[in-house]
Amino acid sequence: MDIVVKDAIIPELQSTNRDGAIAELIDSLVAANCVTEDQRDEFVKAIIRRENKGSTGFGHGVAVPHVKDLDIKTMHIAIGNSPEGIDFKALDGDHVYSIVLLLSPEDQPENHLDAMEAIFSSLSQDTFRRFLRQARSSDDVLTLLTETDNAVR
Amino acid sequence: MTTATTTITIQNRLGMHARPAMLFAEIAGKFSAEITVGHADADAVDAKSIMQLMMLAATQGTDLVIIANGDDADKAIDELSTLVRDGFNE
Repeated sequence: MDIVVKDAIIPELQSTNRDGAIAELIDSLVAANCVTEDQRDEFVKAIIRRENKGSTGFGHGVAVPHVKDLDIKTMHIAIGNSPEGIDFKALDGDHVYSIVLLLSPEDQPENHLDAMEAIFSSLSQDTFRRFLRQARSSDDVLTLLTETDNAVR
Repeated sequence: MTTATTTITIQNRLGMHARPAMLFAEIAGKFSAEITVGHADADAVDAKSIMQLMMLAATQGTDLVIIANGDDADKAIDELSTLVRDGFNE
């Protein structure tokens, strides 16, 4: 998954609530020059709006908040871990420990679905989820992603 | 036990993204029948699991093959095909 932004991997999120964690991940994408300062608030709001329509906490301690927007030119993924867990109003009621946040260009629905396929192929594996949750550095996460990519090929 | 099956084309522009997958899994979950869904480029997955549905990467124009096994299989196929035919109400 080469759309994962290395500088937007947060091994330990400071926020302990959903909206704060979303803002923190978007801020990391701003710091990595993937999102402009001007877009920051708009994207945070759009992702929260999307979550309020239906949680992307699909169970097993992971959530995949996302937004499709015409202002997004390139697909980007930020990843954050929360050691304490965050209430994401997940479908199974459990806390979320790993968040994979996806920004997709609005006019590329196929790419969005391909990215989601890649994300869920990984997240549906118990071992992947466990290793991701245990990752304590962005290098740990990148190594895990690379190994998973290689295993799939 | 009844087996029912159908092939239905994804209509909506955005394909089966997260929200449609949630609707699909929710409807499938109402039935006691075992339901799988797949297409030419993807192995059949459990229609009641959102995570597995997201692995289909089912874009607009994809022909979904839905297979249901169980007493309420016919009704399940009926409701799920209506949902897809209506473009997931988008």
